[in-house]
Amino acid sequence: MERNIFQVVWFVLWGVLWTGYFVLDGFDLGAGLLLPKLAGGETHKRMVYNAIGPFWDANEVWLITAGGATFAAFPRAYAIMFSGLYAALLLLLFCLIFRGVALEFRSREEDPLWRKRWDTVFTLSSLLATVLLGVAFANIFKGLPVDGKGIIHGGIFSLLNPYGILGGVLFVLMFAVHGASWVYYRATGELEERARTLALKLWPFEFAVSALFLAASIVFTNLWNNYFRHPVLFVFPLLAIAGFVLTFVFLRSRKALASWLSSALTIIGAVAWGLAGLFPNLLPSSISPAYSVTVYNSSSSPLTLKVMTAVAFIFVPIMLAYKFWVYKNFSGKLTEEDVYGEEVY
Amino acid sequence: MDVLMGSRLQFAVAAMFHFLFVPLTLGLSVLTAIYETLYVKTGDEDYKRAARFWGKLFLINFALGVVTGITLEFQFGTNWRYYSEYVGDVFGSLLAIEATLAFFLESTFIAVWHFGWKRLSPRLHCLAIWLVAVGSNISALWILLANGWMQHPVGYVMRNGRAELASFWKVFTNPFGWLEFFHTVSAAYILSGFFVMGVCAYHLLKRNEVDFFKKSFRVAATFALVFALFEVFNGHLHGAEVAKTQPTKLAAMESLWETKKGAPMYLFIWPDPEHERNAIELGKIPGLLSFLAHHSFSAEVKGLKDFPRDERPPVLLTFLSFRLMVGLGMLFVLLSLWAWIKRNRIEESRLLLKLLLLSIPLPYIACELGWMVAEVGRQPWIVYGLMKTEQAVSPISPFQVLVSLTAFIVVYTALGIIDFYLLAKYAKRGPERA
Repeated sequence: MERNIFQVVWFVLWGVLWTGYFVLDGFDLGAGLLLPKLAGGETHKRMVYNAIGPFWDANEVWLITAGGATFAAFPRAYAIMFSGLYAALLLLLFCLIFRGVALEFRSREEDPLWRKRWDTVFTLSSLLATVLLGVAFANIFKGLPVDGKGIIHGGIFSLLNPYGILGGVLFVLMFAVHGASWVYYRATGELEERARTLALKLWPFEFAVSALFLAASIVFTNLWNNYFRHPVLFVFPLLAIAGFVLTFVFLRSRKALASWLSSALTIIGAVAWGLAGLFPNLLPSSISPAYSVTVYNSSSSPLTLKVMTAVAFIFVPIMLAYKFWVYKNFSGKLTEEDVYGEEVY
Repeated sequence: MDVLMGSRLQFAVAAMFHFLFVPLTLGLSVLTAIYETLYVKTGDEDYKRAARFWGKLFLINFALGVVTGITLEFQFGTNWRYYSEYVGDVFGSLLAIEATLAFFLESTFIAVWHFGWKRLSPRLHCLAIWLVAVGSNISALWILLANGWMQHPVGYVMRNGRAELASFWKVFTNPFGWLEFFHTVSAAYILSGFFVMGVCAYHLLKRNEVDFFKKSFRVAATFALVFALFEVFNGHLHGAEVAKTQPTKLAAMESLWETKKGAPMYLFIWPDPEHERNAIELGKIPGLLSFLAHHSFSAEVKGLKDFPRDERPPVLLTFLSFRLMVGLGMLFVLLSLWAWIKRNRIEESRLLLKLLLLSIPLPYIACELGWMVAEVGRQPWIVYGLMKTEQAVSPISPFQVLVSLTAFIVVYTALGIIDFYLLAKYAKRGPERA
């Protein structure tokens, strides 16, 4: 296959979709996995659910689109990854299924036991989905044993190596701070303060694990190579660090929205850091670099990439516009009265 | 169980379960939008209550439709790796476009609708549910263009050892895909019309909120009748397209073994695939099959024996699914016509109401049967004439597939029971008080 610019364009768009996904679904996954820590009584729980209520479904669509874009732009990468990571992906799928129905079903019955069970389902599926995403990305950064036929060796347990586990922990902490600052932004009363305190408490751990992950990446991955070749890329890890610092500063000075936006900046910087280091690989092979799945050896034809580029450039801005409108109009402060009735979760 | 059979079963479970929720999403979004539009136009509070009541049922149903749809996207890669590699250039882009155009729209605006009753003006709120309806129906178009391409691949060229896109326009205007779209969406609207009529019937039989449910009923009866009639027409065109592009499927649908000019239709057939004949053929109508397939009483229709055994689909399943689907389709025309005639005094027709209540599951069955015809009838091909299903399956272990298949069956059964329980509960509870 010949190299062309659209392969690079689609790597960037692929990265944008993943970044969008982590920034957006990250906060509702985070709020989900923190639910038992954040919320004591029924009202607080409902506040957490309704803080993410109008957004979580559309946030998850970023994942569907990232998956669809992988399929469309890099079909061979999609084929190798999805079949090779069969167990991990199906686990992620079941988490997403359980999370979705838990949100929808939870408040449809009065029975406290029914609600408690769905709360547990929601927390566990949010937690496990986050861990899986972190473990998967860390392993992709590290490289998987892909052979010449594009078959990934080793089962799901081989993903649970130290670097993979560190990736899972990092994602949990990143999304937890992100989710807590979102709840802090939307909640009122006791929960508002509780979310802020929790975010502040988690922040040092997030920072420490991130630093550890960046350092471990020197040992376990080749991500930094691109950085020494193109030092301009250092802007991404610097953005992440700026985001970290600002998150803390704004949490301390009680600027809720600013703290969430800073946390979003952290995630954007972190994802961009990883993906910029990965390029041009989509899935590096730990057996031999010759077997690595790259944007050049796995992409669709130039025509397909061009059609897709046109679709993306027309419809993504429209989508961003209406999404922005929804965030602007539906993310106000929630009071205790707001979370009861027919129109909420 | 081998990986191929396990993966086929898993896809069948995933697709058929998904399609228990999709049709109601497609149709009930439109009906809810119509009720809310009537409220905005007339100011009649009953229509607002109708939009809220049917919309709540929509939400309960929508949740499972969405999450089970993700499964399908994952399946192509997890279980059908070589399919994804071989045709992803054409097929993948259709899925990506579906997500970009449709999924964002419906998922965003269903939340706007759900959370926006107090926040938005009635007009804007009504627009939100229309956008949901448009989004879910656009989604149907793209996924059916994708399926239509598997049924009748067009606009591609073999290059670099795979099917590559040659003309996006040809893929977009593939008649097979558009016919599938009209056929599937009409089926969804019929199902939704019958769902609403059935729930109305439940309450009208109990004389609960008679005025309210009569208003809902009138709209649903008209809706169901229009699309039941349209379905007969487009179903015929769809069949003729199958005759043109998928002769093995058509022969299996009709259980036709010998190639014939002026092929007849039989009112009753029982296939005997082992001996390559029909055990029973009763009620011959000369030339009708030729006419329906090729619009000429003397046209030649290919029989199954003209094709090698390993290129024929399972005959019995395809044939029975098709016959039953058509029979149910005709029943829907009669029932919806009867309901439409009685629509203004429906509360007096207790027999019809009882029939309509009992009919709620029938369009669900018809939809599943339709997909069996489409997918089983396409076998042994995953992409008709281009790639066989057995070539497409992933290099995974049978154990993995056994575990995941079991998990799907257990989880889906449990979630399906809970979802239908909640639907029934909220349907029986009726609308909020005026």
